[in-house]
Amino acid sequence: MTRVIMLTLLTLACAPGLAQSPIQPLEFQREVDEKRYRALIGELRCTVCQNEPLESSNAPLAADLRRQVYNQILDGRADFEIRDYMRDRYGDFVLYDPPFAGHTIILWLGPLVLLAAGLATGAVMIRQRRRMLKTRVNNSPVATNPD
Amino acid sequence: MIRMLLPLGVFVALVILLLAGLQSADQRQRIDSPLIGKPVPAFELPMLKQPRSLGNADLAGRAFVLNVWGSWCPSCRVEHPLITRMGREINIPLVGLNWKDTRENALTWLGQFGDAWDFHIYDEIGDFGIDLGVYGAPETFLVDHTGTIRYKHIGPVTTESYTDLIARIRLLETEAGS
Repeated sequence: MTRVIMLTLLTLACAPGLAQSPIQPLEFQREVDEKRYRALIGELRCTVCQNEPLESSNAPLAADLRRQVYNQILDGRADFEIRDYMRDRYGDFVLYDPPFAGHTIILWLGPLVLLAAGLATGAVMIRQRRRMLKTRVNNSPVATNPD
Repeated sequence: MIRMLLPLGVFVALVILLLAGLQSADQRQRIDSPLIGKPVPAFELPMLKQPRSLGNADLAGRAFVLNVWGSWCPSCRVEHPLITRMGREINIPLVGLNWKDTRENALTWLGQFGDAWDFHIYDEIGDFGIDLGVYGAPETFLVDHTGTIRYKHIGPVTTESYTDLIARIRLLETEAGS
């Protein structure tokens, strides 16, 4: 009986090792670099499977691009240089955080415009209500009656 | 009355916007290349069939078509008949970029389906592909005689896009000739 329990426990202990991730972990000498790497592959989009960041994508090209990020960090390149490297090749599209520019102006200002429109509509409606209420009070028999 | 119709108007506008979005969904998958109008990135790569390497200097002064393919790529087989036709019809080099492939598989593939390209360069690791902003083979680049990328076709060449590509290639041929 003990043997069966031991065996079951051993099997369970092995399970995470069996579930091998398709994404090979990379070695970093410095913890800062690993943090930068994690951040960068989280904010760069996989161009093949366009709704995934490089971080979680299984596409072969995503693996290549992760390797690029890794090598460039080891080469001592700054984050902005690595972002520019990607953007020079794949355009703004690879950045999950697009820059503020002419063609992205709707993206950035659209929600603000909608919010302003909503607030304005609300303000107008409240003012109208209030005015309606006031006239109703003025015209009501209670108000006109100087009791 | 107008106040009642206003929300309806907004709703209809929203529906039109979303429908337009659905219509253009295919195009939004395509990433516009930032490399159009820019020179071909520097490269020096082995050739697939010849025991030598090839770089930008070897193609200097010539317009050419650069077709990115791989034996692992099903869409490359789909466009292969049209690429073969292109190889016959155009007067500038049709260069193959064998991308992220093994030499053995590439040569078998060419033997099986036919080699319509003038020659191939071999990008085993795929770095030149990344420099070109390739994100899915096949892709077809049109390069003019000054070495500038003029156009990029993403995905397999279809009968419709073939006519368009040929027209663009003819323009490059004329420019290179004059």
